[in-house]
Amino acid sequence: MKPVAFEYCRPDTVEEALDLLKEFGSDASIISGGLSLGAMLNMRLVRPKALIDINGLGELADIKAGDATIRTGTLIRQAGAMEMPVLMSGVPLLAKALPYVGHYQIRSRGTLGGSVAHADPSAEIPLTLVTLSGAVTLRSPGGSREVPAREFFQGLLTTDRRADELVTGLTWPIRRDLTGYAFEELAQRHGDFAITAVAAEATVAGDGSIADVSFGLGGVEDRPFVATTAGFVGKPATAATASDIANTIAETVDPMVDLQANADYRRQLVRVLGARVLTAAFNDATGQQEAA
Amino acid sequence: MLRIKPDQKQRVTVTVNGKAVSGYAEPRMLLTDFLRHELGMYGTHVGCEHGVCGACTAIIDGAATRSCLRYAVQCDGLEIQTVEGLADADGTLNTLQKAFNENGALQCGFCTAGILMSSTKFLQENPKPNDDEIRDMLSGHICRCTGYTQIVRAIRQASGQ
Amino acid sequence: MEPVAGIRHVAILRSSHAHARITSIDTSKAEALPGVHGVVTGVDIASVTNPIPSAIRVPIKFYPIAVDKVRYVGEPVAVIAAIDRYVAEDAMELIEIEYESLPPVADPVLALEEGASLLHDDVGSNQVHHRTFKYGDPDAAFASADKIVKLDWRYPRYSSTPMETYGVVANFERQPDRYTIWSNFQGPFILHALMTGALGVPGNRLRLITAPHSGGSFGIKQAMFPYMVLLGACSKLLGCPLKWIEDRLEHLIGSSMAADRADKVEAAFSKDGELLGLRFDNIVNVGAFVRAPEPASVYRMHSASNGCYRVKNIFVENRLVVTNTTPIGLNRGYGGPQFYFALERVIEAGAKELGIDPAEIRRRNFIRADEFPYLAPAGATYDSGDYEAGLDQALDLAAYDDLKAAREKARAEGKLFGIGMAAGIEPSGSNMAYVTLAQTPEERAKAGGRSGGLGTATISVDPSGSVTVKTVSTPAGQGHQTVAAQVVADALGMRPDQIDVITEVDTLTSAWSLASGNYANRFSSVVIGTIAETAEKVAKKIKLIAAENLEVAPEDIELVGGEARVVGVPEQALPIRRVASQTHWHPAGLPEGMEPGLFETTIMNPPMLDAPDDQDRVGSAVTFGYVFDLAAVEIDRTTGEIEIVKYVSVHDVGNVLNGLVVEGQIYGGFAHGIAGALLEEFVYDAGANPQAGTFADYLCITAPEVPEVTVGHFNTPSPHNTLGAKGMGDGSSMLAPTAIANAAADALGTYEIELPLTLNKTWAKANGQEYHRAGATRAKVGEGPREAGAVEGGLTGEGSVELSAPPAVVWEMLLDPDALASVVPGCEKLEQVGEDSFTAEVVIGVAGIKGVYSAAIDLKDKIEPQSVRLVGKASGGLGFGEGEGRVTLEDLGNGKTKLSYSYRANVGGKVAAVGQRMLGTVTKLLIGQFFRGFERRLKSGGDDGGSSGNPGFFRRMFGGGS
Repeated sequence: MKPVAFEYCRPDTVEEALDLLKEFGSDASIISGGLSLGAMLNMRLVRPKALIDINGLGELADIKAGDATIRTGTLIRQAGAMEMPVLMSGVPLLAKALPYVGHYQIRSRGTLGGSVAHADPSAEIPLTLVTLSGAVTLRSPGGSREVPAREFFQGLLTTDRRADELVTGLTWPIRRDLTGYAFEELAQRHGDFAITAVAAEATVAGDGSIADVSFGLGGVEDRPFVATTAGFVGKPATAATASDIANTIAETVDPMVDLQANADYRRQLVRVLGARVLTAAFNDATGQQEAA
Repeated sequence: MLRIKPDQKQRVTVTVNGKAVSGYAEPRMLLTDFLRHELGMYGTHVGCEHGVCGACTAIIDGAATRSCLRYAVQCDGLEIQTVEGLADADGTLNTLQKAFNENGALQCGFCTAGILMSSTKFLQENPKPNDDEIRDMLSGHICRCTGYTQIVRAIRQASGQ
Repeated sequence: MEPVAGIRHVAILRSSHAHARITSIDTSKAEALPGVHGVVTGVDIASVTNPIPSAIRVPIKFYPIAVDKVRYVGEPVAVIAAIDRYVAEDAMELIEIEYESLPPVADPVLALEEGASLLHDDVGSNQVHHRTFKYGDPDAAFASADKIVKLDWRYPRYSSTPMETYGVVANFERQPDRYTIWSNFQGPFILHALMTGALGVPGNRLRLITAPHSGGSFGIKQAMFPYMVLLGACSKLLGCPLKWIEDRLEHLIGSSMAADRADKVEAAFSKDGELLGLRFDNIVNVGAFVRAPEPASVYRMHSASNGCYRVKNIFVENRLVVTNTTPIGLNRGYGGPQFYFALERVIEAGAKELGIDPAEIRRRNFIRADEFPYLAPAGATYDSGDYEAGLDQALDLAAYDDLKAAREKARAEGKLFGIGMAAGIEPSGSNMAYVTLAQTPEERAKAGGRSGGLGTATISVDPSGSVTVKTVSTPAGQGHQTVAAQVVADALGMRPDQIDVITEVDTLTSAWSLASGNYANRFSSVVIGTIAETAEKVAKKIKLIAAENLEVAPEDIELVGGEARVVGVPEQALPIRRVASQTHWHPAGLPEGMEPGLFETTIMNPPMLDAPDDQDRVGSAVTFGYVFDLAAVEIDRTTGEIEIVKYVSVHDVGNVLNGLVVEGQIYGGFAHGIAGALLEEFVYDAGANPQAGTFADYLCITAPEVPEVTVGHFNTPSPHNTLGAKGMGDGSSMLAPTAIANAAADALGTYEIELPLTLNKTWAKANGQEYHRAGATRAKVGEGPREAGAVEGGLTGEGSVELSAPPAVVWEMLLDPDALASVVPGCEKLEQVGEDSFTAEVVIGVAGIKGVYSAAIDLKDKIEPQSVRLVGKASGGLGFGEGEGRVTLEDLGNGKTKLSYSYRANVGGKVAAVGQRMLGTVTKLLIGQFFRGFERRLKSGGDDGGSSGNPGFFRRMFGGGS
């Protein structure tokens, strides 16, 4: 179980990294944490001509908090993110999702951007970004662009990133007032790829009705996505509505089938976890109302 | 910018348990192979080479992480702590090792090196963990012998609880 | 680590096919790679070795590498030696093999069907062993029964996957020809004889040196012996020492596993719950070969087929079946989990059917404390026990009445709550002869007697008084050194840290025998007794010498605190080192007739280990421990999560030699049992492709999944060894799967429980739904064999698309190579090679995981313009695929067509074993891409920028309209 021979490149600046991407294109693999890529390299599933190690790019490990968003550099480690009060209080859904990511020994090295660029359909960080309507910043020699997360993930391990682009950062919308957040997932073992992961952001109006709801699903289809819930805006933010939403969405999904679970079970988890998570998000929002 | 050709052997210097040591590695050489076969430090064990079993966990650059998912050339200039650095030079076990010994927290010992390194870092960050937190940390390791119960006890004992 | 200079590193190329003929192997490119020392194939190995036999006399030629045919995914096909493992793996990819696929079969019941694909043509059947056994009068017992309970089930295949994989260094030397093999082999050393037979050398020309302790085994490291033969033979062929370290992917598909089974059991009861008779019908899936010591797994429990009970009338039918799966072997509990899954579930089902409490029905049938030693109907002599006391302790620890009340309360609230139990004996210290039950009494008589399970130990005391114990027990974490040092120190009046214990085996210098090694819990049942007897001999000699020096009688000497002293007169003493010194320095001063030196070796055979008699009765083991497990579970109906509310495990291990070691073994066995109950399974798909090829797919239990267990002890010392200890270590690994299954059965109100109880499976069961693991294939349980070739799951799918062209146009495009080339995802080249045959080169994959595949597609059963069948196969670096699809066209009018498709694919090789999680999704993705491309192409008149588009062709097709 040893990788194919590859050239090792450790750029000192983003520009150098982009030059390398231009040179190698899809023959390069970009390594940040390497928790998924390392395994695929060792199994020779991925066979790059060059391994571009971006861990030297300190400029990608920064965090910038604005009024409405927080921008995290791609290299921020998952465990590091959990220790950043600005990020954890500003993006509570991420704070709730991160403990589910892999294990202690994975989060210590795995990066926020790496997980997004890898685009595992069950991964928590992409699901959170999609649920919150965040964005992914990509840089190429031609410049920089920002892609809404909901458009970035295109399928199994497949994203909108072009071969000459580098994911440089993620943009997280800061928590909104009177808005609740919840995250839950179920896996066969603690820390495994989720069979189904569910995230919710819900804003509740003064009359207790749903003002806005975002219901994200991971591990169900080939990418994380937000279900269409517009029809439920205006309905009471109650457990009953939460169940209604989850049950309705469960009928519309087209779940993956793998060794761990079939489509029926994934649909069932959308119902059960969905109802729980939406209820928790409603309660979180209502609680803020009462506190205010 | 550092570029190393696929078949080029690069001199890699790491500080292992406080001592600077060097060896040569091609870009694809796993850190585990470098530690074991280039530096002759066999304390870090290799159980799966795909990042799941945790046997190879070492503290690299301050983080308890998998050394099978790192390439030696990535680690040039870094500090690495391995299981060989835990006991005193005269072989006296440290508190954590003693707790493992006294609680029967190891049988075949193969996974132990990694678990000790994770636990070392974990206890620095969380000096008084509860059992659920210990089990959560341990979920990144596979031990086939002990059933984990005595490992949890040992870590709790080492934390002075 | 290198015990010999000049080592080359080995990688083993393994079959990606489950069943195929090897039509050619070209190693030239691999051999030409710089750094490669040489490549060895099966034909080379067959030229220098003999096939490895087993106890079953059928014409199966078992070589450690495929010769002309591959029979399971993971079977070695070529061995590459190079300067390092990296280069060896590079070379592995350069070996070109052509396979001719044969129909595979992974399921033992399907393999027994008429017309099933044969693994070994010379055998003429996939059934390689069939015997029936009758003890007492089972027919009469069943005829007189008030209640007969019958269960029918499958037991899954799993393994304890030691964290340290196999490792072998082999060196062949000439003049005389001699093989030296260093490894972490665990024995039994009866396999040494098979290895010398295979290599064609006398015993003293195969020197096996094992590590003093290894990184876990649980039986699995027994099965590395074919690799020792393989590496030895390769060393001879390549003329250099070789080192092979198995990697985890190799281990998970190619090492060894516990048998999966398709079993039935029937139990006959009187109305008051007396167990009158048992009938076992066992079908064992042994994998592609009968690898020694198989068929032992189905015979290990045989002579104790009555379990803990007084039942006398027992019928056993055993069938062994070969399939295209990895050969099975020893694994913790060896045959025990499967046996108790039958017995302890049918007992519990009987209790339910008769309206008797499951604890009570066991109590009524237990062998009573005053009946030991107890001769079991099939020949085992149970040494000691008090099964009822264990039951009572377990009920007490579980607060059984409270638990039952909790169950009533939970059920009243609509919850799924269940209680289950399992009781079992733990045979330890095997009789090497029990395997010969696979032969008829006549065959055994012809072959000559077989019996025994020798224990050996040597203790030497050097001139300085230092003590060294040599035992050939190859431990893998069971604390042999600790316990042996403690026992010897006690006997010699020394401290354990003063005793060195050498556990490695060197077959040239160690006192070893066939039974040596680490298996069947033999350390505390046999080995430690042998060590204790040896220590007594040494102690006796020390006392004799000291007595003469101190001028007292030997009976008056005690060994305490490193001294031989006169009892009651502590100041009258001699340091033991002085005595030891005298035996070396001054033999002439020893008591009359005493041998000089202080060495003792004991070779001991437990007397109860005799040969099987002509009634097929055999004393299969030395000691019989006892385990009683009780589990209470609550199942979440909405998610299938199982919460283990309570787990109690009570053990009788005889006298406890070391509490910490015993406790560790109990917890460890328990974790393996829970893992088997809830998580771990090697799944094979319809094409016999292993699906759990990584530690992300084979779900080893981790800390959060292990529930709390309350352990209870009571001890009935064994009269079968000097220390009164019993073997232990299998423990709950044998019983937890059944205790959990019984609890789940109680919660779900069904006897039909299959392990592992994964989330999806349990949820389906709790909601009355059918569930089959994706890809899993097998005959249905309970309804007899299904039609041949029927599969459940597998990579299948169907769908339909509406296309903007009439059927005739769609039809033409479907059959047109240029058009196909432009819409087949990743198609680099597509050529028509016959009227209905195409070849293609396609790049398939997602993200960075891409492979180039050569594909061949044939069109069959064409009915223009309505339907066609596509049969294709593709192979490439990451594996291969074979598939079949059916396309039908329906005219929707308005120039539109509904195209419906269904497909079934078999994907094998690395991509199936390690990429299982993604296969279904990738297939869907590719098919989606295909039809999207198809539709785009139809809409654009073929001018969608496809690489090999032919506008002219499409203009013609669309009547020049675009």
